[in-house]
Amino acid sequence: MKIALLVTAALLGSTAPAVYAKTIQVNIGADAQEKLQEALITAEPGDIVQLGEGKFILTDGLSLDVNKVTVKGAGAKSTILDFTGQQGAGEGLLITSDDVVLRDFAVENSKGDGIKSKGADRIVYHNLRVEWTGGPKETNGAYGVYPVDSSDVLIDSVIVRGASDAGIYVGQSRNIIVRNSVAIENVAGIEIENSFNADVHDNVAIKNTGGILVFDLPNLLQMGGHNVRVFENVIIDNMTPNFAPKGNIVGNVPTGTGVMVMANRNVEVFDNVIGENGTSNVMIVGYRFPYNDKNYNPVPSNIAVWDNQHMRAGWAPKISGGAEVAAAMGGSFPSIFWDGSGGAANAPVIADNVMALSFGLSDLAADPNTAKTAPMARGVKPANTLPAIKLPDTMEAAVK
Amino acid sequence: MRLLLPALALLGAAASLSATRSGSASVSQDAILSSVAPATLSAFGFFDGDAAHPSAELIPYKLGTPLFSDYSEKQRFIYLPQNGMLKAEESDGRLDFPVGSAIVKSFGYPSETGALKVIETRVLLRKATGWVALPYIWRADGKDADLRVGGARVAVHFKTSSGAIKDINYGVPNKNQCKQCHSVNGETMPIGPRLGNMAFPTKNDEKRLFARLFGPNTPVMKWTKWDDPKSGSLNQRATSYLQINCGHCHSPAGSASNSGLFFDGKDHGPANAGINKRPVAAGRGSGNLDFVIAPGYPEQSILIYRLKSLDPGISMPELGRTTAHDEGIKLLEEWIASMKVDKP
Repeated sequence: MKIALLVTAALLGSTAPAVYAKTIQVNIGADAQEKLQEALITAEPGDIVQLGEGKFILTDGLSLDVNKVTVKGAGAKSTILDFTGQQGAGEGLLITSDDVVLRDFAVENSKGDGIKSKGADRIVYHNLRVEWTGGPKETNGAYGVYPVDSSDVLIDSVIVRGASDAGIYVGQSRNIIVRNSVAIENVAGIEIENSFNADVHDNVAIKNTGGILVFDLPNLLQMGGHNVRVFENVIIDNMTPNFAPKGNIVGNVPTGTGVMVMANRNVEVFDNVIGENGTSNVMIVGYRFPYNDKNYNPVPSNIAVWDNQHMRAGWAPKISGGAEVAAAMGGSFPSIFWDGSGGAANAPVIADNVMALSFGLSDLAADPNTAKTAPMARGVKPANTLPAIKLPDTMEAAVK
Repeated sequence: MRLLLPALALLGAAASLSATRSGSASVSQDAILSSVAPATLSAFGFFDGDAAHPSAELIPYKLGTPLFSDYSEKQRFIYLPQNGMLKAEESDGRLDFPVGSAIVKSFGYPSETGALKVIETRVLLRKATGWVALPYIWRADGKDADLRVGGARVAVHFKTSSGAIKDINYGVPNKNQCKQCHSVNGETMPIGPRLGNMAFPTKNDEKRLFARLFGPNTPVMKWTKWDDPKSGSLNQRATSYLQINCGHCHSPAGSASNSGLFFDGKDHGPANAGINKRPVAAGRGSGNLDFVIAPGYPEQSILIYRLKSLDPGISMPELGRTTAHDEGIKLLEEWIASMKVDKP
């Protein structure tokens, strides 16, 4: 840490305007935990916490609670926050302040989640790597990148590998862009949950259990997930056997899932390349677990799927009754599948040129064994589609 | 960490178990209100020389049901500025402190001789802009404590009241971690001082506090003590334990609001209280179990699994615990086992 700058900061007091913004350099070393955590605490709005090259050996979780701070490394390969020896805290790095930019570093082997931001509006995740270096394991942390309860979230050029829940997970948030990112060997590659207004585009979701999930769950402060666009992604070979600890909702995602939409409304899936997913390329389902929440809607509605390029799907369906359906259909489970939640009024529009099948289980409490499968008629792309998400210019400028 | 010496606990400040008040030290309002955090605890004047000698201006208090912090013993004090008055909210007896107040809390473990070795003192300072939380770690000679915003780990060895020997890496929280638990809608707030849960070492201490108190107009209900069956039913004791140990984060305004699991003492319905509630973002914290609380089946309840775990990716609470609270877990196991089973 540059002592002179710190003294200056102290004299100016904690309300120093951003014009005095400074760079706090932190390098690797035996006291990295304390030095880095102190830098994250003493930083003032406008400051950059600059991480040196090499491996920071950390013993506890780190956290940042100062607005308008940038935490910047020398690159996602060369600056590594190593949490292999972590003794406490539920995540590697926790952000609880607004207008924070995280860029150019890696988080490895955190005991819980990798990077979590809660109530952190206008957060930018850029050029980051979050990885459990042993590959897919049930003992890995749940989420790689985990913004929750936030407005305006940008995740750009992030790679996540090995998360035992979701690689990139955005929960209970509003105005979200996830783009140019790679999710590999996680249970869920990218998951948008209980969130409003999200664009997920130009990502690669590969070798996960499920590629991209759009979910809504009961008993949470924000429910009624809606307005989500999933487009121009490559969603391929999501055949890693599900390694989520049981009890978690993603533990129910069948191995070989491309895109899965559950209990959301206004979701658009278009212009993606989806294939080599052994269960199905696109699944649209209701929330079929018992729950106790009168404000929750378990039925997906107004879902549209068009102009996706499909490759192989359905040769190894890991879904109840899937093998029987595949046998009846000549060996393959269909590329697109709707469980029938809510009946015809809630039927998704499927305009892709592949086989789409309904299970006809309009009642969410129905026994899956009573499914009445029926091919779905080909639809046309909806006339009115969702607008693109626009984030504040300052956020876009941070990744220029 | 430079000062993280394993021997620190052994050399720690030797203070008598019940801190005596000799106090000629006078508390500094300037230090409490300063925008720059004092580097040493002595700058505040809360103690006269060492942790065993609090200033006569501090009012000591205890809690009926305290937060479990790795079996550490705590000494709690309230400081009120001259002529400053407390107000009590009628609903739950939560105290509203005037600007210039401070809440001072020392943490330590009894030594072989029974004297308390204080490791750290945390202060909550009521400034005009709100509360600020700071951790201070006592020096080996026990004469003063240094500000350590980045926190620390200190090796300690102790025996619990039920005789178990524990060797742990006690965690002194960093400044952000202080706020993580003390957060209400993103602002730092005191947790402990609520009249219903407060007790005092002496009648005189109680009188001194009440002399500085406006209201409440209605009597505040005494909370059930988690470990005293005479003070309430099993359900009340378990609820009290959960509220104190979990409710600061697990509330709609707390750090764990996104979990939808609430133990803040208010009625949010059974699912949000954990009954047959599925985990949301628990990851391996689920322990391969389906429900936070499976009525009748403590061994199938995620709540118990996470309270027993020492793995940072699993254990709850996330902060301030590196050992399991055996007695608290036993209470909650009995409580869950006693619940009516809905279905087979």
